[in-house]
Amino acid sequence: MRVLLRNPRRELDVAGPISVVKLLQQLGLNRESVLIIRDGTLVPGDAQLADTDSIEIRPVISGGLG
Amino acid sequence: MKCRVCREPALIDVPRHNANFCSEHFLRYCRDQVARAIKEFAMAEPGERLLVAVSGGKDSLAVWDLLVELGYDCDGLYIGLGIGDYSDVSGTYARAFADERGLRLIEIDLRSDYDYDVPTAAAVTRRVPCSACGLSKRHLFDQAAIDGGYDAVVTGHNLDDEAAVLFGNVMRWQTEYLGRQRPTLVSRNGFPRKIKPLVRLTEREMAAYCILRGIDYQVEECPLAAGNKHLRYKETLNETEARSPGSKHEFYFGFLRNAVDRFGDDPDDVSLGHCTRCGAPAGSELCSFCRLVERTAGVEPVPVRLRRKRSADSPSPERSIDGDTP
Repeated sequence: MRVLLRNPRRELDVAGPISVVKLLQQLGLNRESVLIIRDGTLVPGDAQLADTDSIEIRPVISGGLG
Repeated sequence: MKCRVCREPALIDVPRHNANFCSEHFLRYCRDQVARAIKEFAMAEPGERLLVAVSGGKDSLAVWDLLVELGYDCDGLYIGLGIGDYSDVSGTYARAFADERGLRLIEIDLRSDYDYDVPTAAAVTRRVPCSACGLSKRHLFDQAAIDGGYDAVVTGHNLDDEAAVLFGNVMRWQTEYLGRQRPTLVSRNGFPRKIKPLVRLTEREMAAYCILRGIDYQVEECPLAAGNKHLRYKETLNETEARSPGSKHEFYFGFLRNAVDRFGDDPDDVSLGHCTRCGAPAGSELCSFCRLVERTAGVEPVPVRLRRKRSADSPSPERSIDGDTP
């Protein structure tokens, strides 16, 4: 599975299938701070990701004050 | 995971409300939260003209979209800050959003209109870039609202922003700022009303809103803000939120219920005069913005110096991950 990460932008290869929760745990990411996107829409937290999937893990925290 | 409203498959969980939503009902939830905030904090009346501070990021585009959906008369104001490619890309998102919806976007460019940019101002003043950036935006949004006859300036500050600012102000007991941390700041002393309709929604919810509404926005972080205190406070609060959903809401709204009235919301501007150059409220002959313009006049542009501090939410690209076995 291809995983796109942002800030900075880079890609990872991750073996699937894997649950969203497990993937975020293994990457050390907080569910509050990211969204998972596949085919242009959101992937729910209880979804399984296939080895052939291409997903984006999008951070949602922005640093400015407005 | 099923939608709390219709029981169809859900796309997004909102742990602090112990709820999951499908796309349709999540969008409705966001609109309802904004409508509730506007009513609860007397932000705006139907028929008023609002000026949205637009950065090209998710929050400002989402709040503009939500207010239009709720029937408010809104124009946008985008300020080109001169932060290299980041500003160029941000501007394209703001313009595309307005063009696609037939909305009016006013534009100001710091370099073209005032002969400076944020990196140069930061170098001249020897302060963090966020300081010159905030000062410039506050002044120009206020001035545009007054000059354009708008009833209020709208900003995209969300619950995470407010909780993080409160956290920082409490950590250092900056009591002079605590009384100002209200979702609505009434118009006074030459300053326009300022409202924050997203205070009941989190940053994650706003990003989800944009994705589900098909709103393209600037995802990349401002290169000058990377690793700043505000980001660290947000990460700290999100660690607590993950273990105890609803903590950010309780922190900020508990403050509004129980404490904000103990701190005056009268800033030191009660006896302000007017800037002799631009007419804005000022404590001396020139306002802070005009002093900044004066200090940066004729200074060669300073290039953007990237500041990259990896956050807790940015895993190493080299890390290898094993998947679940089937």
